[in-house]
Parts: sequence; C-alpha cells; structure tokens
Amino acid sequence: MTLSLSDIKRVAKLARIEISEADAQQNLIQLSGIFNLIEQMQAVETQKIKPMSYSQDMVQRLREDIVTETDQHIQFQSIAPQIEDSYYLVPRVIE
Amino acid sequence: MLNASLRQLSSLLSEKKISSTELTGEFLTRIKALNPDLNAFITVNEEKSLEQARVADEMIASGQSTPLTGIPIAQKDIFCANGWLTTCGSKILSNFISPYDAAVVKQFDQAGMVNLGKTNMDEFAMGSSNETSYYGPVKNPWDRLAVPGGSSGGSACAVAARLAPAATGTDTGGSIRQPAALCGISGIKPTYGLVSRYGMIAFASSLDQAGPMAKSAEDLALLLNVMVGFDERDSTSLQRKKEDYTQSLERSVSGLRIGLPKEFFAEGMSSDVSSAVEAALTEYRKLGATFVEVSLPNSKLAVPVYYVLAPAEASSNLSRFDGVRYGYRATQYTNLEDLYAKTRAEGFGEEVKRRILIGTYVLSHGYYDAYYLQAQKLRRLIAEDFTKAFEQCDLIMGPTSPTVAFNIGEKCDDPIQMYLSDIYTSAASLAGLPGMSIPVGFGNNRRPAGLHIIGNYFREAQMLNVAHCYQQVTNWHELTPLEINR
Repeated sequence: MTLSLSDIKRVAKLARIEISEADAQQNLIQLSGIFNLIEQMQAVETQKIKPMSYSQDMVQRLREDIVTETDQHIQFQSIAPQIEDSYYLVPRVIE
Repeated sequence: MLNASLRQLSSLLSEKKISSTELTGEFLTRIKALNPDLNAFITVNEEKSLEQARVADEMIASGQSTPLTGIPIAQKDIFCANGWLTTCGSKILSNFISPYDAAVVKQFDQAGMVNLGKTNMDEFAMGSSNETSYYGPVKNPWDRLAVPGGSSGGSACAVAARLAPAATGTDTGGSIRQPAALCGISGIKPTYGLVSRYGMIAFASSLDQAGPMAKSAEDLALLLNVMVGFDERDSTSLQRKKEDYTQSLERSVSGLRIGLPKEFFAEGMSSDVSSAVEAALTEYRKLGATFVEVSLPNSKLAVPVYYVLAPAEASSNLSRFDGVRYGYRATQYTNLEDLYAKTRAEGFGEEVKRRILIGTYVLSHGYYDAYYLQAQKLRRLIAEDFTKAFEQCDLIMGPTSPTVAFNIGEKCDDPIQMYLSDIYTSAASLAGLPGMSIPVGFGNNRRPAGLHIIGNYFREAQMLNVAHCYQQVTNWHELTPLEINR
C-alpha cells in the first residue's frame, strides 16, 4: 500500500485537524513507515477467524434508562470557552 | 521515611509516631526541591494536599482509618480530580479544572489517602518516553539524561525518586509496566475490567486499564485492594467477589511452573537486559520454580495490531475535544468547521495528531476490512496463543522492555523505534491479561531493568505473591538513585 499526500490531507480533513503543507509532507513520511509495519498483518490468513473487540469477548452491560445524573450545567459550563444564557457559543452555522 | 513501605508508614501513622500532615509535608518539600529538574509533576497544590492530610489525621484520631489512611499518593494526570487541573499531558486541556472525581481518585480519597499532585505523562497516554507531554519531558532519576519511559513516566519517576510513596498509572499497551521497568519500580496492570475507568480520560477503550505503581509487590497489593471493584458507571467494569490481594503474598512458589515464551527470548532483547532477566529466573529456580518453554507465535504481530486498534479507538475517543464545551479553543477562526480544525491543530501535539490520522485512515471507507477488521482477527489469535500457553504454565515471564532507558531525544524522530519499546507488553494488553513489572537489577549505564510477569485472567494475587517472594530474597526494589539520597 502506498500513501499519498492527498490521503493525508483527506484524513486530516475527516479528523477535523488543520494541516499545513509541510506537516502533511512530514506525516506522509512517518505514516508510510508506520503502515509498512502494519502491513505485516496481511501475511496471516484470517478468513475463518472471528474478530475480537474486547478481551474475553466481554459484552458491554446495559443499564435501565433512568435518570442518574442531576442538573449540574452551571458547574460544567463554568469551564466552557464561551457561553451565553446557558448555551455553548460557536460561530454562526445557519445564516 | 522515604524508603518506608506502605505497611511501615501505616504503622507509624496508626501508632501516631507521625501525622499525615507531617508525612505529606515531607513529600511536598521533596517535590519542591527536586521536581523543577525531574518534572515528574504537572500540578502540585500544597493547600489541597495538606487539607486532605488534616482530614486523614482526624480519621486516624477518631479510629475511622483504613490501612492506607494518611499516606500520600500521586495521581497520573489522566484521572479527573475535582477542583484540580487535569491536563492529560495536553495543551488542549491546559485550562481544564475537572468538575468531578474519577472513580480511582474517589476510592483513594475515601480510603483516606492524600492526593499529592498530578503526575506528568505522555500526551493522552500516547508515548513510551514521556517526551510527548506538552509540559516537557520527565527525567529518569537514575540517570537524568535518560527517559523515564511512558506513558506513566511522571508516576514512575515520582516513586523512584521518592517524591511519593505510591502513584497511579494507566496502561493501554505497556504504559504502567514499561516506565516501571525503566525507573526500577514495581507496577501492575490488572485484568481488563477490574478497575473502574470512570473519569479516566479515554485513549483506547478496549485496552485502557488503571493500576498502581509503587516500590514493592506488597505495596501494590495494598493499593489494588482499594482500586479493584465494580462500578456501574463503567460499562466494562466486571462484577466479581472482592479479593484481598495481600492474603497470599507469603505463599511458597515451590513447584510454580513459569512459562518462558521463546519469542520473548529471541533477537531484539539487548544483552544487558537479558543478563538481568536470566539472573532473576535463577532466583526463581532457587525458590523452587520450574520452567517450561512456551510459544506465542502471533505475538510478533502485537505491535502492528496495536497500532491499528489503539489509534482507531483514539480517533473516535478524541473527537470530543472540539473547543466547544471545555478545554482550549483557538483564538482565530472563520467558521465552526475552522474552529474545530484550528483548535485541534493547535491543541494536540504531533504524536497525538499522528495517531488520530492513522486511526481515521484505518476506519475510513475502503480500508476498514483490510486494517481494522484484520487487526481484530489477529487480536483473537494473539489472545488464543496465551490461552494455549497457560495450559502448560501458571504464569509467564520475560523482559518488560527490550532495552534499559534510552536517552532523552534519542528516539523522538523515529516513531517505529519508539513503538517497539512496547513489543513485550502490548500482546498481554491485546489479550486483556494482567501484567506487571518488577525491578531485577541494572543494565548499561546503571539504568534499571524490569522482569515482566504475565498472569492468566484474574490471577493478580498469584502474580503479586510470586513478585513478593522474589523481593524477599533480593533488594533491587529497595535501592534508590544515589543523587536522590543526598
């Protein structure tokens, strides 16, 4: 597999990380090396193997859909970058 | 006092030969003197620590103490602690004062332990040298030119330099065991699911697990007694009967079958680490243990598999850092999309961004089957290797890391060399098995070497017993860096 500069830029866009031309170049070199290591995985035949998400094939527990948390928005919003009337402020999305 | 075990400190406190306030003050004084150079702590708050110490002294005076009441503990900065700056080693959380306590922090608070401060770490626990921290590298107290390992490097350094009697760590691919080895201390990553991760900032959720770091196996047992327990707020937390990990510490290891994976003793391990590990195995032979060669044929793929799964999960977990609800926000942006992209570009360091890019790529359309799914299938093969091995042995031993601590800056520009530092630890992480490291001597430049002990699921008590027996006949765990004693 060969990574290209446009792959790096596409993935950075998907990940919502601004990336400069120089950083994209640098990442291309390092990620290419890392993917060479990762490619070792392809040597193993795994067609009949079931994927394992968690050790011991643990299944995540579900809980009853009941309220467990109390309203703490004042405390939680006190550390927000920008709020107004208990809303989180972001740049305008809809004109 | 600085070299005292937790049991000794506990006796001194309960017999009122020392108060928690005095003990805490002594460690705070050491931190003040040594931390500017070692950089083991990101945040120290004397007032908060001493307030907790006063509460502990009251608990002791009124007869409400637990075995650990009044003893200070350093918390890795990945654990949210109410009212404490909690950075996870990142710029993006450089202003995050946690509004709540992690389960682990709460458990130690309730046991009456004193939070001594928040320890330095690789950013979001992504690193094996502590050099990816936004708050600067940590120095190895045995040789200040060397890294302490990572990601729990600050915690390992704090214990080794006797800035704290104990510390917490987290381990995703080796982040407790590798720094414990490189700093000459003891550390254990319990079975996946034993310790609650509520309030522990997530890196790779199918692997992350918290554990204690301390001088000896006995200390670890006391700390595990507090940390292990069911928590309904963590959906992976296991419901099991409470165990006392100190109970079987003294059991004889005669007849113990130790599995030695031939892959761990093949090429890759440096000769100085090999000598230290061989000498430790000789001690076990003297104690009556027997050895059996086992094979973990797929473990050579553990690092590639880990570097698919962990970044994939991280790319999802770290999407929450968007500059909207908490943490750092870029100052200049044109629209919402730009706010996200600039906040994350400025807030995350290079290694974190690299891993988010890898993770996003392996999960993206057209690549998911070839990478993510293939890695999950190999994960099963790696886990099954251990299941087979444990049919022949009680536990597995080998080196924790292939080399002793390397120099600060030595592997910074070569991520792959850095990743291979976890070559022996990541397989056990993928299988979800408990793993620990104990000090077994020194290698080149008098830098510590660690013995890796991997147990079967839920065999922490046995691992601690086996480590404790070794520590009864050796004193590596009691040694301290010369400069530190001055």
